Amino acid sequence: MTDLAGYSRKSKDDHPPALYEEYKSTSLRHPKRELIRIDHTLTEITGPLFEDTELQSGEDDLSIENNEDAQGQRIFVSGRVLDENAKPVPNTLIEIWQCNAAGRYRHPGDQHPAPLDPNFVGRGRVVSNSKGEYKFTTIKPGAYPWGNHYNAWRPAHIHYSLFGPSFVTRVVTQMYFPDDPLFPFDPIYNSIPDESARERLVSRFDLDTTEPDFALSFKFDFVLRGREATPFED
Amino acid sequence: MMNKLGITASQTVGPFLKIALEGEGQEHVVSEKTEGALKIHGYVYDGEGQPVPDAVIEIWQANVHGKYNHPEDTSEADLVPDFSGFGRSCTDEDGYFFLVTLKPGRVAGRGNSLQAPHAAVNVFARGMLKQQVTRLYFSDEVDANSEDPVLNSIEEEAARKTIIAQLDDVEGIPTYKFDIHLQGKFETVFFDV
Repeated sequence: MTDLAGYSRKSKDDHPPALYEEYKSTSLRHPKRELIRIDHTLTEITGPLFEDTELQSGEDDLSIENNEDAQGQRIFVSGRVLDENAKPVPNTLIEIWQCNAAGRYRHPGDQHPAPLDPNFVGRGRVVSNSKGEYKFTTIKPGAYPWGNHYNAWRPAHIHYSLFGPSFVTRVVTQMYFPDDPLFPFDPIYNSIPDESARERLVSRFDLDTTEPDFALSFKFDFVLRGREATPFED
Repeated sequence: MMNKLGITASQTVGPFLKIALEGEGQEHVVSEKTEGALKIHGYVYDGEGQPVPDAVIEIWQANVHGKYNHPEDTSEADLVPDFSGFGRSCTDEDGYFFLVTLKPGRVAGRGNSLQAPHAAVNVFARGMLKQQVTRLYFSDEVDANSEDPVLNSIEEEAARKTIIAQLDDVEGIPTYKFDIHLQGKFETVFFDV
């Protein structure tokens, strides 16, 4: 029988390796055995679609809590979700989390002595529209220290979780901001082997989509794995 | 060949993933009261056998008829209303996670093969720059497991066993133990998909 077309594999080379020594926590959390290749079956080609997800009003705006403005610089982040073949990925769920403007997460594990903001939780969700476009409003996150090495600081970033159309398009990533002086020192950013793949995680300032007297704006496109062109015979 | 766009590279979920990824009821693909409901539970361990308290486990599976709730599955098996096939569990401070679901039916493999009942599993954690993918099979599906192409692609039996959830308790609902070892002597088999 003819099998369904699988998803491309070559693009996976742009992901970081499982072991990156400069990021110390990878040392005990990477498999040492070689991965076993699965040729794609229905299991890999399908995946959760979340088409019935009903977002509550305000899930796309992290900058307001309890009807009060959060501290910090309000920004829009917008762009498109595409696949490698430049085809829009519509109706896909994007989950978002981040620290506040001072660099503090609302999480009991975050002991950084920067202030919490009563009007900032740092959690959001949006769904891409029929053209693959998304937009949300938030506060520009701060940089913060972490324990990886002496005087380690993470560049400002927003965390994203995306599903796309199949199990193998799933990706969790982080988006950065232009011209961050911390890039050369961050092992998580630098774990990505290819320079242009690293730069693709940096958003772009966009004056045209700012809102005067209200918010700055950054653009960021996601690119998920795409299908192979043709099914092949077994 | 047309130039392809470069993909968005993966980055770790970090230690504070629960801010967004933890949510009411996500562990329940079905309610425990559903006929046939079963529980999958276990611990996530690192290479020194220490629990991993900042991991997320996600499963994706077919329904009891072996049909995925997805347009690419054009098989004739029936869809089940309200059965999404997706579940998610964030580990607690002991590295423990659980999911409540139904046993999936058998779905077609490549060529003319038939796969044993299984779920696809994504594992994310702080210290993992990208997710690792595994599968979960069921210990009481001996015959189906013996002819599953993916299980059979794993040469060592001990390794094969790392992805077969063991039925260990039938108190209340059937319960299957599925520990995930990111590294070490009992390292779980992970797949390149």
